Amino acid sequence: MIYWDHAASTPPYEEVIQTMAEVMRQHYGNPSSIHRMGEDAAKLIKRSREVCAAALGVKPAEIILTSGATEGNNMAIKGTAFQYAGRGKHIITTATEHPSVYDSCLYLREHGFEVTFLDVDRNGRIHPDQLRSLIRKDTILVSIMHVNNETGAVQPLEAAGRIIKQCNPLTLFHVDGVQGFGKLHVDLQAWQADLYTLSAHKIRGPKGAGVLFRREGVQLHPLLSGGKQESGMRSGTENYPGIVAMAKAMRMAKEQLGTFGEQVGALRDELLAFIRTMPALALNSDEDGAPHIVNVSFSGMKAEVLLHSLEEHGMLVSTKSACSSKTSEPSRVLLAMGRSEEEASSAIRISMGLTNTKNDVERLKDALQDAVERLTPLMTGRNEIH
Amino acid sequence: MKYDMLLLRYGEITLKGKNRGRFENAVISHIRSVLKDFPKAKIRKEYGRLYVELNGEEPEPLIASLQKIFGLTSISPVVVSSTELESIVETSSAFLGQMDMEEEVTFKVHARRVWKAFPHSSHEMNHLVGAPLLKKYPLLKVSMKDPELTLHVEIREQGTYIFCQTIPAVGGFPRGSNGKAMLLLSGGIDSPVAGWSSMRRGLEVECVHFYSYPFTSRLAKEKVIELAKVLSGYAGEIKIHLVPFTEVQTSFTGIGQDNLIITLMRRSMLRIAELLAKREGALAIVTGDSLGQVASQTLPSMNVIGRATELPLLRPLIMMDKNEIIRISKEIGTYETSILPYEDCCTLFVPKSPTTNPNLRVVENVEASIEKLPELIQDAFERTETLVLTKDYVIGEEEETGGVNEDWF
Repeated sequence: MIYWDHAASTPPYEEVIQTMAEVMRQHYGNPSSIHRMGEDAAKLIKRSREVCAAALGVKPAEIILTSGATEGNNMAIKGTAFQYAGRGKHIITTATEHPSVYDSCLYLREHGFEVTFLDVDRNGRIHPDQLRSLIRKDTILVSIMHVNNETGAVQPLEAAGRIIKQCNPLTLFHVDGVQGFGKLHVDLQAWQADLYTLSAHKIRGPKGAGVLFRREGVQLHPLLSGGKQESGMRSGTENYPGIVAMAKAMRMAKEQLGTFGEQVGALRDELLAFIRTMPALALNSDEDGAPHIVNVSFSGMKAEVLLHSLEEHGMLVSTKSACSSKTSEPSRVLLAMGRSEEEASSAIRISMGLTNTKNDVERLKDALQDAVERLTPLMTGRNEIH
Repeated sequence: MKYDMLLLRYGEITLKGKNRGRFENAVISHIRSVLKDFPKAKIRKEYGRLYVELNGEEPEPLIASLQKIFGLTSISPVVVSSTELESIVETSSAFLGQMDMEEEVTFKVHARRVWKAFPHSSHEMNHLVGAPLLKKYPLLKVSMKDPELTLHVEIREQGTYIFCQTIPAVGGFPRGSNGKAMLLLSGGIDSPVAGWSSMRRGLEVECVHFYSYPFTSRLAKEKVIELAKVLSGYAGEIKIHLVPFTEVQTSFTGIGQDNLIITLMRRSMLRIAELLAKREGALAIVTGDSLGQVASQTLPSMNVIGRATELPLLRPLIMMDKNEIIRISKEIGTYETSILPYEDCCTLFVPKSPTTNPNLRVVENVEASIEKLPELIQDAFERTETLVLTKDYVIGEEEETGGVNEDWF
């Protein structure tokens, strides 16, 4: 089996697994207890916070430790909306956000907020000029992802940040950074981001841990009530084995940033070049995107069929469309990028990491070739029946 | 901006006659320790001035580190040209070209011919350099009085130095050039600022902290170690003496003098600090007192408390307002730690109404009535543990367990 689903989750570093196991074995006190075992646990969290902050070039006090990106994105968006509703009720985001952002915005729309979705072009990129025309006095939040999880499209965050702060200095800027960290250069200062979400298991850390960066001075309305952990921002006993392991993963991911771009980018380029030679396949990603994601449509064939066919060759890829048992919904992201329903229903995502090799890509190429050759006649047959 | 080197200036130490050499060497050794993080940069001493050659190091982070060096008053990033008219004009022009002038900038050239064999006088050079610049950059407008941009051109035999920025540095006296004192370090906002202010004035400080298990927690003690660690970033390394104060402190309870308890505690602290000072060869005690801030810092209180020691008491913050102290503590990086909510030994046993006007005779009588007090003070002094901290010190290292395992990160 070769794993091509790194955008869904990643194999943890061996060091991460070891750290997590050791912390669990040696520490089990509640960080809120004021005896020695509690204090020791609290210290692990403090040190983790410093390491996470250093990896992002921010202050430890600006790090909120979460359970992952869904929570981070919900907290950033709903927390901003509830906190600053008095200032305005307008929110801007893009048509291609991850569901944890997109659906949070839809939730707010049901609760009296107005949400505007930015369009994207065929490459999945927003246009700063449109953003400029949409920001108003009552715009409290703009949320734009760094790297799209389905296609790898990279958003122009520096330009967006500049425009947001020019048009309305009170508007907060949230970046969903889940697919970008460790893959591309992250510069929260240059982007002028006020909020930034990360998830540990996308960067070879454990599941159930994440970071929300909140710039000093920004207030959020907490989603969870309780013991007031994380300076009251997130009640609940801290998952510190996961937190310590995440800190390690963030440090390692940051250190490997250059290598990742070079090695994985080369695999991606190789794959892109091959797919371009196959007329049946249409690319939804390109070299301007993140180095680890290739999205491709096989028009006329349900994405699940290609996926399972590749699986028979030992290649594990994913579809990004939500599956129900009988029908497959087209990808909202690809539709927003101007793809047809057919193209948007037949896309698979191949996402890779440093554990993939050149030889893996050769095998994937063979598998793609074979699957497409085998499926094409069936597809034609089905079309004839229609 | 591309620069070749940094020009460093020092202030008061140039006034110090025979001591000047010693002071300069102290600054240079401090700079060298900072340059360890910038291996390509080299320090150069020349005619009573200091230069740091960048050799490709980024100027901004280096300047930020050098700004904190005690004794330096300002820093100018410099571009070097060969000492020939044509090259000077060309380099000056390229230098200004790096700035993004968006609107009109008032401007003058300030040339200084240090090497008198150079064919053009300073005055001539102002025009020879200025005229082509005005022609090339139409947004420049000459103004002799208070221009926004002054281009300094220093003509020396070995090279001509061109710069326009003078970035202020922290000033004061070089590290450790003015003797040694003991700093009473609590976990609050004031005492770390008092320590930094003393260090800036060239004083070497050793920290003294009083803790009271089980009335204060281990975290309170670690918070103070953390503060001392921040201070060590300015000193290279710093000693902290951790004094077990529980027995002395509890000897003052239950004697029916609750309103004097702070006065009594402070006097005992000074006595213990004095014992430590003698042992360590320190000649003063520094405190974070600020006049009138709390009951123990009224004039009558300071009068009674201060008499417990014969050593001079230095109070760098005495006439400062709290806001000013907070501002400095944020600048020097101790504020975030200072505001962590752990109690220190002074906030315990605080009476409902501590006296603001203690009577010396009463206080002395109370002390005389506690027979074993001198013994308890001596015992606390003897059981004091001392740590030597650097900025890389891992807190908890001195404990048997509970230290953070750095391998996990």
